[in-house]
Amino acid sequence: MGETLQNLYLGFSTALIPMNFFYGFMGCLVGTLVGVLPGVGPLAGISLLLPTTFGLNPTSAIILLSGIYYGAMYGGSTTSILMRIPGEAASVMTCIDGYALAQKGRAGPALAISAIGSYIAGTASVIGLMLLAPPLAKYALRFGPPEYFSLLVLGLLVLGYMTGGPMVKNLTMIVLGLLFGMIGIDHFSGYFRFSYGLVALGDGIGIVPVAVGLFGISEILTTAGQSIRPEVIKPRLKDLLPSKKELRDSMAPIGRGSLLGFLIGIIPGSAHIISTFISYAVERRVSKHPERFGKGAIEGVAGPESANNAASCGALVPMLALGVPTGPIPAVLLAALMVHGINPGPMLIKEQPVIFWGLIASMYVGNFILLLLNLPLVGIFVNFLRVPYKILYPTILMLCVVGVYAVNSSIVDVWIMIVMGILGYVLRKYDFEPAPMVLGVVLAPIVEMSFRQALAMSAGSYMIFVQRPISVVFLVATLVMIILALKPLVKKGKDWRERFTKVEKDEET
Amino acid sequence: MTKDRLSGIILLLLAVFVMIETRVLPLGTHSRPGPGYLPLLLSSFLAILGVILIVWGRLASSWRSVKWSEGLHALAILAGSVFTTLTLETLGYRLTMLILMVFLFGVMERLKWWMVFSLSVGLSFGSFWLFDTMLKVILPRGGLGF
Repeated sequence: MGETLQNLYLGFSTALIPMNFFYGFMGCLVGTLVGVLPGVGPLAGISLLLPTTFGLNPTSAIILLSGIYYGAMYGGSTTSILMRIPGEAASVMTCIDGYALAQKGRAGPALAISAIGSYIAGTASVIGLMLLAPPLAKYALRFGPPEYFSLLVLGLLVLGYMTGGPMVKNLTMIVLGLLFGMIGIDHFSGYFRFSYGLVALGDGIGIVPVAVGLFGISEILTTAGQSIRPEVIKPRLKDLLPSKKELRDSMAPIGRGSLLGFLIGIIPGSAHIISTFISYAVERRVSKHPERFGKGAIEGVAGPESANNAASCGALVPMLALGVPTGPIPAVLLAALMVHGINPGPMLIKEQPVIFWGLIASMYVGNFILLLLNLPLVGIFVNFLRVPYKILYPTILMLCVVGVYAVNSSIVDVWIMIVMGILGYVLRKYDFEPAPMVLGVVLAPIVEMSFRQALAMSAGSYMIFVQRPISVVFLVATLVMIILALKPLVKKGKDWRERFTKVEKDEET
Repeated sequence: MTKDRLSGIILLLLAVFVMIETRVLPLGTHSRPGPGYLPLLLSSFLAILGVILIVWGRLASSWRSVKWSEGLHALAILAGSVFTTLTLETLGYRLTMLILMVFLFGVMERLKWWMVFSLSVGLSFGSFWLFDTMLKVILPRGGLGF
């Protein structure tokens, strides 16, 4: 405990340096904007701002980028409550009761509870991250190539399962992602693979053009020609204070949402989205008056909003402790660390304590900044929603080009972004989820390296994956995941993932 | 033909294509896998998944049910993006973005001329100032110095 406090002191002395504090504040501010504006998710926001961090030291860069991530979770609730449009996918559930409360004239308290819940959940989950990541990293030092390979397979399959939609389609996306990730020079033999004479492809296809193309460009193409200008309810500052009853009713959902969100966040998948669905379902089930849900129950805002913030923090546990991203957003954060020459993995916390503890402390500070930003300044953020989409999308397109080009000053990256944009657009039309593909691209080099090293260790025997206990545990969990995915084929009726996909689709239309 | 069956056929063809492309790479042995080993394994797995989609995809909706109502608009945006990529390094960032913005705001969205002018100039030159000048992100200048 003494060591943790000492490290935390180091973290705060790093995070409170004026420069780091400034970048933390900017991250929170941009994150809130990214969350408020529909169509610009945290993934696109982080990817686009990645090049601007190249001139910064790694600690400032990761503080800025992760600020965007958790800041977006705060901002996303604003549009959900005031317009019934989720600014960010993790705020879909907040639309239901948040907007109902706004229609009853309780938009202010809904926003306040959402911000307070996000603050409590964000802070509590930072404590969880702080306590869990270092021992997990220590344990992960026992992992060899077979364990890493099994863990990565498990991570990819869990993501495939949790993404929603048919598992077969998600598996194809994972395999495609892994194949895309193998383009470029093979680090073992020096062979060029699938690069067709293009030297620029030697380093492979980067995560940023893939992520911006699949999520940013395809979103612009899908929503092209729409003229969205819904009515915006503008709350007054004096109406923000929740009543004593609203506060009392929200406390337990905030607690449950924080715990659920953090635990779900550690699991691979779009955890920040899934956690809100589960939190909403839990709150409805434990409520003495479930009939109030959908008509303006404050618990329906408090639970999911706390859960998505806690989940975004939980997702950083495997990323920082194991070097394994659990979704596209941690993957881009990891890529940002690698751009700055930091090797992710179990040694990160030990070798780079300033980065790890600086990030932890900046998240404590950031959550407080976000509470201040999201309550009194909500009226200002709401004004951004008045920008018509026909002005917004060319601006986003321009930012996509800048963001992708600037990573390597490479026009080939911009071509990759466009190709991925077209691919993402077609994939959406044919009901394929692009998220597993992004993770496949990121993990491909580690998957291949651990696979080939494991086989070299065992003189070509695949039995090595089932002879080592930790690897067996991961493979058994993988098998369970496959069985769960096959369940709908045997048992008729929709499982929770299909319902989740349906709600997402309904919200999109 | 259903959506899933069409997807399955495309994935199967893609898998076969990858397998053919892998032939030029050394496979290595089980104990020392070469650069073609895992791509071949993965493309075989992709082929299996493609076949599963073809077999189980008979109940999915028809591929004709996919709506492309925004298709023309999307195609125009894509054309603008391709133009941007082709000219970014020759015309320079500012001039290319100015043309792209005028095209999107003026031709595609038919905004008023003064809005097209102010938004296009503001965004192309403003973003250059913000990213290149202020944030030191190097953006291309092109032959004309823009």
